[in-house]
Amino acid sequence: MGEHLLSWLTFAPTAGALLLLVARVLLAAREEAIRRLALAVSLVPLGLCGSMLVKFDPAASGPQLVERAPWIRFFGFNVDYFVGVDGVSLWLVVLSALLVPVSILISWRAIERHVLEFHVFLLLLETGVIGVFVALDMFLFFIFWEVMLVPMYFLIGIWGYERRIYAAVKFIIYTMVGSALMLAAIISLYYLNGGTTFDILAITENVRAGRLVWDAQTERWLFWGFALAFLIKVPLFPFHTWLPDAHVEAPTAGSVILAGILLKMGGYGLLRFNLPLFPRATEEFAGVLGALAVISIIYGALVSLVQPDLKKLIAYSSVSHMGFVVLGIMARTEMGMQGAIFQMLSHGIATSALFMIAGILSERRHTRLIAEFGGLAHPMPVFSALFGILALASAALPTLSGFVGEFLVLVGTYTSELAQGRVYTVLAATAMILSAAYMLWTLERVLFGEITREENRQLPDVNARERLALVPMAALVILMGVLPNPILRRTDHAVLELQRAASRTILVQRAHPAPPDRGRLAPPGAEVLERR
Amino acid sequence: MLKALVMIPLISAGIIGIFGRRWSERLIAVMGCGSVGLSLLLAVRVFFVELWARPPEQRLILEPFFSWIESGPLRVEWGFQLDALSGVYILFVTFVGFWIHVFAVGYMRGDPGYARFFAYMNLFMFMMLVLVLADNFLVMFIGWEGVGLCSYLLIGHYFDRADAARAAKKAFIVNRIGDFGFALGMILIFATFGTLRFPEVMGAIAARFPEPEALGEVGIVTAIALLLFVGATGKSAQIPLYVWLPDAMAGPTPVSALIHAATMVTAGVYMIARCSELYARSLTALSVIAVVGALTAFLAATIGLAQWNIKKVLAYSTISQLGYMFLACGVGAFSAAIFHVVTHAFFKAVLFLGAGSVIIALHHEEDMRRMGGLKRYMPLTYGAVLCGWLAIAGLPPFSGFFSKDEILWRAWASPVLPEPWGHVLWGVGFVTAILTATYMTRWIVLTFEGHERFAHSPEGHGGIAAPRESPRVMTIPLLVLAALSIGGGWMGISEAYTGGRLANWFEQFVGPALARAPVHPDRLAVVADEPGHGWEVGLAAVTALAVLVALLWARRFYRRDPLRPAPSLLENRYYVDEIYEGLFVRPLVRGATVLLWRFFDVTIIDGMVNGVAAFVAACAAVLRRLQTGLVRSYVVMFVIGALIVLGYFIFIGDRIPAR
Repeated sequence: MGEHLLSWLTFAPTAGALLLLVARVLLAAREEAIRRLALAVSLVPLGLCGSMLVKFDPAASGPQLVERAPWIRFFGFNVDYFVGVDGVSLWLVVLSALLVPVSILISWRAIERHVLEFHVFLLLLETGVIGVFVALDMFLFFIFWEVMLVPMYFLIGIWGYERRIYAAVKFIIYTMVGSALMLAAIISLYYLNGGTTFDILAITENVRAGRLVWDAQTERWLFWGFALAFLIKVPLFPFHTWLPDAHVEAPTAGSVILAGILLKMGGYGLLRFNLPLFPRATEEFAGVLGALAVISIIYGALVSLVQPDLKKLIAYSSVSHMGFVVLGIMARTEMGMQGAIFQMLSHGIATSALFMIAGILSERRHTRLIAEFGGLAHPMPVFSALFGILALASAALPTLSGFVGEFLVLVGTYTSELAQGRVYTVLAATAMILSAAYMLWTLERVLFGEITREENRQLPDVNARERLALVPMAALVILMGVLPNPILRRTDHAVLELQRAASRTILVQRAHPAPPDRGRLAPPGAEVLERR
Repeated sequence: MLKALVMIPLISAGIIGIFGRRWSERLIAVMGCGSVGLSLLLAVRVFFVELWARPPEQRLILEPFFSWIESGPLRVEWGFQLDALSGVYILFVTFVGFWIHVFAVGYMRGDPGYARFFAYMNLFMFMMLVLVLADNFLVMFIGWEGVGLCSYLLIGHYFDRADAARAAKKAFIVNRIGDFGFALGMILIFATFGTLRFPEVMGAIAARFPEPEALGEVGIVTAIALLLFVGATGKSAQIPLYVWLPDAMAGPTPVSALIHAATMVTAGVYMIARCSELYARSLTALSVIAVVGALTAFLAATIGLAQWNIKKVLAYSTISQLGYMFLACGVGAFSAAIFHVVTHAFFKAVLFLGAGSVIIALHHEEDMRRMGGLKRYMPLTYGAVLCGWLAIAGLPPFSGFFSKDEILWRAWASPVLPEPWGHVLWGVGFVTAILTATYMTRWIVLTFEGHERFAHSPEGHGGIAAPRESPRVMTIPLLVLAALSIGGGWMGISEAYTGGRLANWFEQFVGPALARAPVHPDRLAVVADEPGHGWEVGLAAVTALAVLVALLWARRFYRRDPLRPAPSLLENRYYVDEIYEGLFVRPLVRGATVLLWRFFDVTIIDGMVNGVAAFVAACAAVLRRLQTGLVRSYVVMFVIGALIVLGYFIFIGDRIPAR
């Protein structure tokens, strides 16, 4: 297992899914047994993550725990099975492995139909998302990217609420549009690089060293091919309208995975592809994307403020929080990018947990409307405490996780070379006010005041199973806020490399405003030219 | 040592928060008060051993704790810094905090949220100590938002009351508006100086900006100073963000005494004093602060004249007194501001605890129209409150006299402002002092004197029992703080009153930790020959006399007709809340609902998305007709297609050049 840790990590859930099927077919396992088995299986990748964290060397540069084997050799198509983790992907893998068992716990009673299929899809989804984060071969990346769509589609479409089909189709079409463009970009990139490898690192290195150059127009096309796919996923304004629908209609576990992991694939993609591969186009469009990020932050928060539906409110707040991720990435400073990664993790935990909170309420009352609640702090004190902590983390209270990410993004943006970066910082900082407004107003309407509906008077507080899912999340939110360094330190090296790449390109670009003609592999001499 | 001092209340808060629900009230009380008492003892020890015993230039102790955030050039550590300024603060915060905790043991008796209350109170003490002892802006910001969080939690203590929940939310959000400015200020500091640690930032400012930025000039220093001041207007309830504090009175009275009078609300003053090196380098920022402070002091005092709720009068009085403190900061008298913080903590705590004692005695009645004549029933409370009353009014030798008159004098003689602004600000302060004496006298008369306006039946006959003096656990804190309301000001007696024979001890102690007031160019000549002690004594005498007259007049006036209706403009607080609601809150919510969500998000963006989908579906529907399943139509299409291909090669194809 030692040498193939990441493969085990990636495919353990698939094996687990098979195990569930076997258990049903051969042993005729009942639903409760399926749930327990799924939970046990989902803990395996989490355990492996522990091993991964131990083995990960924060001081080393480049990907670690690398595995590589030739996979497809077909008419000049060279696809490798190539995986590894670095500072950008490390914690996202951990987050993915963490959220699946939590999702299983929180769905224990909520999912009553097709229990086996639900857990099989959830585990397949886990393979897909972990695969996306560890893949270092572009084609492999793309396959995982697509693979994860299918189970997500079914999770929303089968176990969702009333308008689940609409939401599922909308989700898949939005993503497919992005994926199609990305596929085109990946294939172009493959042939521009000489048609020998999909190895992300090798191509990045060629770009970095100036061996692979293309004209500005090509770079723009390639940049947007990737960027659109990722921005839809984030989602950035104005590509965000699939998100509220998908979230509202998805079952709790779907929302948890969606908010917790799927959105992060967008931020991850920008860091993994757009920044290192297309530094000039990034430089060119950073201002636009930064502006869209700021709009997302404010717009998401304002629209969130007035949502009557609790899940929709959290969904729009995600748009706002993920705006910080894009802003930090576009700042391309160390603080900005570390803040973006941290914000992804913080949002992944706090917002997922808030969706669990919403799920617990809707399970008990079969409504998600905020107006249906009020005064729940009396019958549900532990629930209220957890809700409060998570809401405040979302509102970026210092010593809770949200603050670290947002503050780093703000400082990182202010001190960056991003055009208008200072204006963006000031505008983005208004999220401090708005997030407090929508979160505290929600707390007031759900938890405080008199109990207005009789049926709320006897609501049971969170039970042991729900506590098992929520308490670790609340604890993590506090831990990450008080001691963010263990996370930051492990992202440091990767982020520093990204920043160096970005700043070098800016310098090169200033020296050579017009790059040489399109798509050719430059002769070795060009490297010297570019570097100078 | 500092670590222990800070951490003890946090640990206690955690233990009470987790296990307290199953504990007896007595155990919770011992734990809650004991932890603060322990902090108090440590504070006393630290104060005398580490500060008092040392020469002024050695009064700086830095205690690193652990690294918090490390990212690129940003290196933030949890570190504590003790100097004369924070030393004074930890001493009075733990002292007043301890006695208010003791008072709360009695006040909260029988409350179902007893454990929760003490857990939050202890958490507050931790956050306040972090705020005061932080050695950098970001850790100060933890305390800054942390005390805001505790304030939120404690205002909302009676969370099933809608008004309490609303007030708690309002307090937090309004504070967040201020914190927005504070956060931007911090970011600007980091971008400018590359560090957030106080000693380094202040050192860099002193080195890089030897001369203060002139009045009207908005350079980097002024920008930072004003942004941080926005934070201060939130936390310390100044114009335009003061509106949360009166509502915050929905919390239990010990909370009002501790958080919303004695300690947290003075955090803005503390922050300015902590950054006095910064503020002393911007005449613009100082002038803004002075004007905002003076206006707030006056405005809040006028509102205080017309309130009926026993705690709301005190709330507006707090806002007004905080205005004095900012006035002091603005005229460059940082030490006088801190002095007033300390004396105010004593006398305002007495007044609030006295109000709490009354509220308990009258079974949670807060409307002064249903009080009166209570001095007969509650002699100890009355006596204590009298001390607070005379202190806040500013009669010698009560504590408020010394601190307030020092502020007024410093405003009069301020080198910061051009002529005649110092005198104008003095005038505003003078009028406010008279108003203060008036509304506080009204408060005393309505509550304790005159006829009884509350219903009670003699004991043993059922109905509401007659009001009784509070138990000792409540009266002892009252008496302790009352004693300090009398004598607490003697530590800062201005040299003018002793003809320079006795040094102003407080200023001598705190002064070295603070910046000297900058001098406005116009005032260079005037400052050189500073008006002597005669002026200072003379002005103080005028103020004291005016206050005395106001006290006597107001007492007669309100005894004759205590329920005299107040001008409705004042009673309705100048309609400021309504204006904010109509100007900001409602348009924001409506705009977000109608314009952004319903129109833009759903109609435009989603409409476009669904429109594209519908277009694709429509095209598909058209194309689908081609597949009719009829062989004849396929044959026709095949022929047409073949003709097109053929035609292409015949007419166009040969024009394609051969390669």
